[in-house]
Amino acid sequence: MNEQLTGPVYICRCEDVTLAEVWAALERGVTTMEEIKRLTRCGMGPCQGRTCRQLLARELGRVMGESPGAADMATYRPPVKPVKLGVLAGGE
Amino acid sequence: MRQSAGVVIIGGGVIGCAIAYYLARKGCRDVVLLERYYLASGATGRCGAGVRQQWGTEINITLARESVRRFERMNEELGYRGDVEFKQKGYLLLAYTSRQVEQFQQNIRLQQRLGVPVRLVGPQEAREIIPILNIHGLLAAAYCPTDGHANPFHVTQAYAEAARRLGAEIHTYTEVTGIRVERGRVTGITTDRGSISTPQVINATGAHGGVIGRMVGLDLPLYPERHQVLVTEPWERLQDPMVISFHHRLYCQQTPHGSFIMGVGDPNEPKTHDQNATWQFLREMAGKITWLLPPLKDIRVVRQWAGSYDMSPDANPILGECGIQGFYTAAGFSGHGFMVAPAVAEMVADAVLTGTAPQPIRHLGWERFSRGDLLVEPSVV
Repeated sequence: MNEQLTGPVYICRCEDVTLAEVWAALERGVTTMEEIKRLTRCGMGPCQGRTCRQLLARELGRVMGESPGAADMATYRPPVKPVKLGVLAGGE
Repeated sequence: MRQSAGVVIIGGGVIGCAIAYYLARKGCRDVVLLERYYLASGATGRCGAGVRQQWGTEINITLARESVRRFERMNEELGYRGDVEFKQKGYLLLAYTSRQVEQFQQNIRLQQRLGVPVRLVGPQEAREIIPILNIHGLLAAAYCPTDGHANPFHVTQAYAEAARRLGAEIHTYTEVTGIRVERGRVTGITTDRGSISTPQVINATGAHGGVIGRMVGLDLPLYPERHQVLVTEPWERLQDPMVISFHHRLYCQQTPHGSFIMGVGDPNEPKTHDQNATWQFLREMAGKITWLLPPLKDIRVVRQWAGSYDMSPDANPILGECGIQGFYTAAGFSGHGFMVAPAVAEMVADAVLTGTAPQPIRHLGWERFSRGDLLVEPSVV
C-alpha cells in the first residue's frame, strides 16, 4: 500500500472503512481479518467483502510480514448476493 | 504466557472477558484468559444482541436489571475508546392468545415489583410504538422502554481491553487440552502452547462447557443447539424497539447502523455444533417477518449465519463451583447470556474471590439438577 497517498484511503467501500482505521485496529492488538472485520465493520456491508477482503489480506500480510495467502479469510455465507425479503418470502 | 496464575478463565466470549475484568478490578493481579480462536468467535459474536429485562423469574429479572445498569455506563466505566453501542429503544413482546396475555400480566406484576418500568399495551398503542407493525390478531403487548441492544463485539472487546489494562493476560488462538486435578482440587491447566499451574479454573466456554467438564471427570448437563440469524442492508429508521413474538418464535431489531437483525427459532434444530445456515430458515424468516413488518419486504438480506445456544436442562445457566475444588462454571445461558453478562460476571468473580456465591446466583449452582430443583423460565425464545 502506498503511504504517500494523501487523504483518506478507503478499504471497504460499503462501510466507509479507511486504511487508517484498519491500522488503528491492528494497534489494539488484533492480528487477523476476522477480528478486524468485527471491530471496524470492514467487509460487513452489502457486498460482503467482495472488494475489500483482498485489499485487507494484502495489507494485513504487509503489516504482519506474511504472505496475503496466510490471512484467515472470513467465512463465506449465503446469500451470494443481496436478496429482498419480499422475494425470499415468495411475494414478488 | 505466565507459568502460574491465581485464576485461569477458559473462553473469550463476553462472559469470560467480563469475568476477567471484574476479577482484575477487584484486585486479582494474576488472571489469565485462554481463547481457542479470537474474542467473541463463538456464541457471543453470533447472537441477536438484545438486552431485555422482561423475564418471568425473579432471578433473571434481577440479573438483567442489574446488567442494564452496567450497560448504561459501560463506555465510561471501562474507559473504552470505541462505543459499545448500547441503545435503550425498548422491547415490545407480542401476545396472540389469552394464555400469553395472562402470562404477560403475571410477568409484568413481578417485573414492576422489581423496579422494571414495563407495562401492558393494546394493539393500537403497539402500533404507535412500532408504526410498521401489522397488528392483525394481536391481543396485547408488553413494552419496556429501558430494554435495548448493544454491540457484542465491542462489549467483549471493551471488557478485554479493560482487563488487560488492569493486568490480566489474554491469549487468543490458544486451546486448552487438559485440566490437572490432584486429590479433588484443581492444580493446573495444559494448552497447546504450554501449561499453567493454577488453583482455580473458570469454564466459560458456552456449549463447549460439557467438553471442559469432562476434563475434570464431571458430566455437566450442557449441550449445543443451533440457532439461525440474518442481517439486512442498512435502511432508514423504521423500528425503535426490539420486537419479539413467542407465537411466531421470532425476534427482530434495527441496529444503530440501520441494518435489521432477526432470528426465528426452530424446535427441530440439531443439538450439535452444526453452524451451517439453511435455506429453510431464510424462507421461514422472510415469510414471517414480511407479514409482521410488511415494509421490510423491500429490504435486502446480505448475510445469514448460525450459532450455538449453550442449553441446560432448565434453560438457565450453571454458575459457581462444580464438584471439584477450584473448578467453576459460567455456562448454559440458553440464549440469554449476552444480556446478563455484566451482572453475572461480577457475581461469579465475587464467588471465586470469596468462596461464596452471592445471591441471586446461589440458586444457579449445578446441584439443582440432582436435587430436582429446576428454575423454569417461561419467557425463552
